[in-house]
Amino acid sequence: MKSVGVSYQRVDAIKKVTGQATYVDDIIMPRMLYAQVKRSPYPHAKILKIDISKAQALPGVRSVITGDEYTKRCGLYLEDKNFLAVGTAKYRGEAVAAVAAETPEIADEAVSLIEVEYEELPAVLNALEGMKPDAPLIHPDLHTYKVAPIFHPKPHTNISHHYKLRKGDVDAAFAQCDVVTENSYYIPHVQHVPLEPHCAVAQYELDGKITVWGSIQSPYAVRQALSTAFDIPLNKLRVISPYVGGGFGAKAGTTLEGIIIPLAKRNPGRPVKLCYSREDEFENSYVRQGLHAKIKTGINKDGKIMAVKTEFVWDGGAYTEYGVNITKAGGWASAGPYDIPNVWTDSYCVYTNHPVGGPYRGFGMCEIHFAIEQNIDEVAEAIGMDPMDVRRINGLRVGGVTGTGEVMEVSGFHDCLEQVVKDIEYDKPAVDVSPTIKRGKGIAAGWKSPSQPTNAGSSAIIRMNEDGTYILMTSGQEIGQGSETALIQIAAETLDVDPDLISCRFGDTDHTPYEWQTVASRTTYCAGNAIKLACEDLKNKILDMAQIKLGAWKRDLEIKDGYVVHKIYPDRKVPLSEFALGLAFPDGSGVGGPAIGVGTFTLENNLNVDHETGMGSHPAAFWTIGFNGAEVEVDTETGRIKVLKMCSCFDAGKVINPLTYTCQAEGAMVQSLGTALFEELKLKDGKILNKSFVDYKIPTADDAPELIVKYVEHAEPTGPYGARGVGEPLMVPGAPAIANAVYDAIGVRFSRMPITPDDVLRALREKREREAT
Amino acid sequence: MKYRVNFFVNEEPVELYVDANKTMLRVLREELALTGTKEGCGAGECGACTVIVDGKPINACLVLAPELDGMHITTVEGLAKDGQLTNVQQAFVDLAALQCGFCTPGFIMSATALLQENPSPSRDEIVDAISGNLCRCTGYARIIEAIELAARKGGGQT
Repeated sequence: MKSVGVSYQRVDAIKKVTGQATYVDDIIMPRMLYAQVKRSPYPHAKILKIDISKAQALPGVRSVITGDEYTKRCGLYLEDKNFLAVGTAKYRGEAVAAVAAETPEIADEAVSLIEVEYEELPAVLNALEGMKPDAPLIHPDLHTYKVAPIFHPKPHTNISHHYKLRKGDVDAAFAQCDVVTENSYYIPHVQHVPLEPHCAVAQYELDGKITVWGSIQSPYAVRQALSTAFDIPLNKLRVISPYVGGGFGAKAGTTLEGIIIPLAKRNPGRPVKLCYSREDEFENSYVRQGLHAKIKTGINKDGKIMAVKTEFVWDGGAYTEYGVNITKAGGWASAGPYDIPNVWTDSYCVYTNHPVGGPYRGFGMCEIHFAIEQNIDEVAEAIGMDPMDVRRINGLRVGGVTGTGEVMEVSGFHDCLEQVVKDIEYDKPAVDVSPTIKRGKGIAAGWKSPSQPTNAGSSAIIRMNEDGTYILMTSGQEIGQGSETALIQIAAETLDVDPDLISCRFGDTDHTPYEWQTVASRTTYCAGNAIKLACEDLKNKILDMAQIKLGAWKRDLEIKDGYVVHKIYPDRKVPLSEFALGLAFPDGSGVGGPAIGVGTFTLENNLNVDHETGMGSHPAAFWTIGFNGAEVEVDTETGRIKVLKMCSCFDAGKVINPLTYTCQAEGAMVQSLGTALFEELKLKDGKILNKSFVDYKIPTADDAPELIVKYVEHAEPTGPYGARGVGEPLMVPGAPAIANAVYDAIGVRFSRMPITPDDVLRALREKREREAT
Repeated sequence: MKYRVNFFVNEEPVELYVDANKTMLRVLREELALTGTKEGCGAGECGACTVIVDGKPINACLVLAPELDGMHITTVEGLAKDGQLTNVQQAFVDLAALQCGFCTPGFIMSATALLQENPSPSRDEIVDAISGNLCRCTGYARIIEAIELAARKGGGQT
C-alpha cells in the first residue's frame, strides 16, 4: 500500500505552528454580543424567584433570559436536561440565567445584578447513598422522560440505567473454585482539561436560520439536540465546528450552545458569543464520572479464572448526557479481555448533585480497568502465580468468548502482552536505587469497543476538481487526534493518488455529510469506511465513462497512479482529471457530468444485547485490545512517585499512519499518568475545591517518562484496510499499570487513585505498624 | 478612561487607546486580530498565551494593556518570514510535536525565546523553559525532541 501505513505529515501542522488554525474563540465578528451565565451556588435547590430587572436596566445589556425560555427537555439518550435550570438547580454551578451584552465586562456586571431566591433541597452527594430507596430524588419525574429503548431508568429512584450481565452460574462456580477473592476500588471524578475551553457563537437571521459555531466533536449530534430543544427544523439550523482544541469527550455532547440560542433569537443578525473560563470548564462542561467498583473472583490454582461477579456504581452527576451509555459500556466490558465462563455484573448509573458526568477518553474503560487489572494481579498473588501467567492463561484468543458471549474473530491479546513484557523488561526485576528509593514494574491490559447505537451511520463525499485534485467531505471531526490526515490517507489509498492531491473539509452540517459522532474511537473505522466507499463509487463512475472514452470494456480497465489504465494494454491510459467534468465529445456534446463519489456506512449485523442477560452475539463493532507497562520509582521518605518509563502495545488492526498513531499512544500514556498520580476533582458538599491549574495539576514536561510505542496488526475484518479504532483504548491500561508497578516497588496496593505522596506515606506507615504487631 | 499606548508587534508600530482593565492578550486578539495567541486559563497558569517581549517569554494574559507602551512584542504570527517557517516551527512539524494545536503557539514562543538566549540548551534546560506550558495531547516527549532538533539546526533564528 502506498498511502495507508505511511507516516504522512499531519496536514494541519503548518496551520497549527503558525497560529493560523482557527478555533471558535478566534471567530470575532462585527456587532458581536457577549454572553455570561448566572450560576446556582447550591448543590440542589428549588428556584423560587429570579429578578432580572436590575440586570436588564444596565446600559449595554441587550437580553436576559431564564429557564422560562426552555419548555422542552433534551438529551442524547435520556431527555433529562434543559440548558438553563427549570424549577430546580441540580448541581453547584448549574446555569440559572444568562445575559447578552455589548461587552464581556457589561455581561459580567449584569450577571452580578441578577437576584435569585432559592430554597435549598436535600442533596445526594454520594452515588451509593443515592441508590438507596429513601434517597432524595433528583429527577422526580424520571418515569416520564423520553429515553432510547436500550436504556432502562428505574422510576422513582435516582438510577438512570441498570445494566445487567448474566452469563453462566457464578455462584455454582464460586463454590467449586480453589480461591475466591473480593476487592473494592474507588475512582474519583476527574476532568478532561482540553487546553481550549468550550466556546460557542450563535447567530439568528430573521428568515429563521440559526448558525452555531462551537468547539464541538459531533456537529450532527449537537444539531439534533438543539433542534429538539428549540423546535428548529434541521434545514434551518447549521452547526459549524472548526478546529477543536482538544476534546477527550468533553466536547462530545451539548453544553453551552443551548444557552446562547435564545439570546441570539432575541438579537437578530447579531452573533452572540459565550466562552467558558477555565473555572467553568472544570465545573460546567463535563467531568469523568466517579466509580465505586467491587469485584469477586473465583480462580483455580492452575490459574484459570472461573467466575467474576462485579458491581459498578457510577456517580453520574445531575444529568446524564452520556452516563447511561458509559454504564452500559462498563457493564459490557466488565469481565475485561478475558475468557471467563461465568460472569455476573450489575452496572448502575446514579444521579447525584455533582457536576454532570460525561464521556472521557476511554468511555468508562480507564475507570473499570483500574479495578479489573489490579484485581488480576491480586488474584494471581492469592494463588501464588505470576500475574502475566494468569493473563496468558485467561486472555481472549481467537475463538474465545467475551463476557457478553461474543466469539472473538480476531485477538492480538497475547502478541501485545509479550511485546510489553519485552519492552518493560518484565523478566528483569527492577533494582532499587537505595533502601529508600524503591523501583518497581507493572503491566496492565485494556480493551474497549465503541459503545455506539448499533446502527450509527457515517457518510462521505469525494469531489474531483477540474485539475484532478480532490475535496474530501466528511463530518469526522479533527479534534487533535489526526483524523483529517488519516482520512485523507484512506481516500488516497482507495483512489491510488498522492495524498497531497486531496484536501479535507469537515465540521459543517450544511455542507459536510452526516456523521453520527466523533466519539468512541470510531472515526477512522466508520468515517474511514464511508470514505473508502465514496472513493470506490467515484472510481466506478470514472470507469463507466472511461469505457466510452477508451472504447474498452470496464472489466479490462483499472485506476492506477492517477490514470485509468487498460490492464492488458497499459499504454492505453487517460489521466483521471479528464473525467472531472464528465466526458466531452468532438461534436460538442457531453455525458456523465462532474465526477463525485458518495459513500455511506452502517455496520451490518451489529446487534443489541438482551436486556435481562446483557448477552449478545455481536454487540460490539470491534474490540481493541492492548497493554501498557510501567516502571516507577518511589521515594519512601517523601512519598513521591516518579514514572520512569511506560510502554504501549495495541492491536490496531492496521495502522493508517504510524507517526500519528505513535503520537496518540504517547499522549494517552501521559494522560493516564496524570489520573494515576495526581488528578482528582476534589468535591466537598457538591463544590469543586480545585477548579484551577494551581490546584488541579495535569502532567507537565517534567513528568513525562521515557515512552516506547509498539503495535501489532491483526486486521479487523470490517475495518477500512483492516483498521480499528485506537484513540481511546490507548489510555485504558496506563493507570493500573502504574498502580501495579507501585505495588511491585513498595508492596502496597492502592484501591483508589490518584496515588499521591500523602497516600504513599500513610500506607507505608500503616504497613510498618502492621508488620510491627 | 483610555490610555494611549505606542508599542511594536512583530516589528510593526502600533498606536492604540486602551482600557486599563484589558489585558495584552485581549488587545492582541480582539483589537489587532492576532488570534494565534490563545487563552487557556486567563491566569498565567497554562502558557497558551506566551509571547516574547524584549527577548523574554511572558504570559500575555497577565499584562495589563497600559503596560504595553514602549514594548516590543513578538507573537506566533511574527515568526515565519517570507513564507519560511523558523527552525522551531519546522521541527514541530517534522516531529509531529502537536495534536490539537491549541497550546502549540505558546510552546513555540517559549522554545523560541529559550533558543534565542541559549542556542544549545540541555534537556533539563528545555524542560525548565516549557515548565509553564501545558499540553494535554502529546505527552511532551516530542515537544522536547522538537526543541532539541531546532537547536541542532540553528536555534531560535530563522
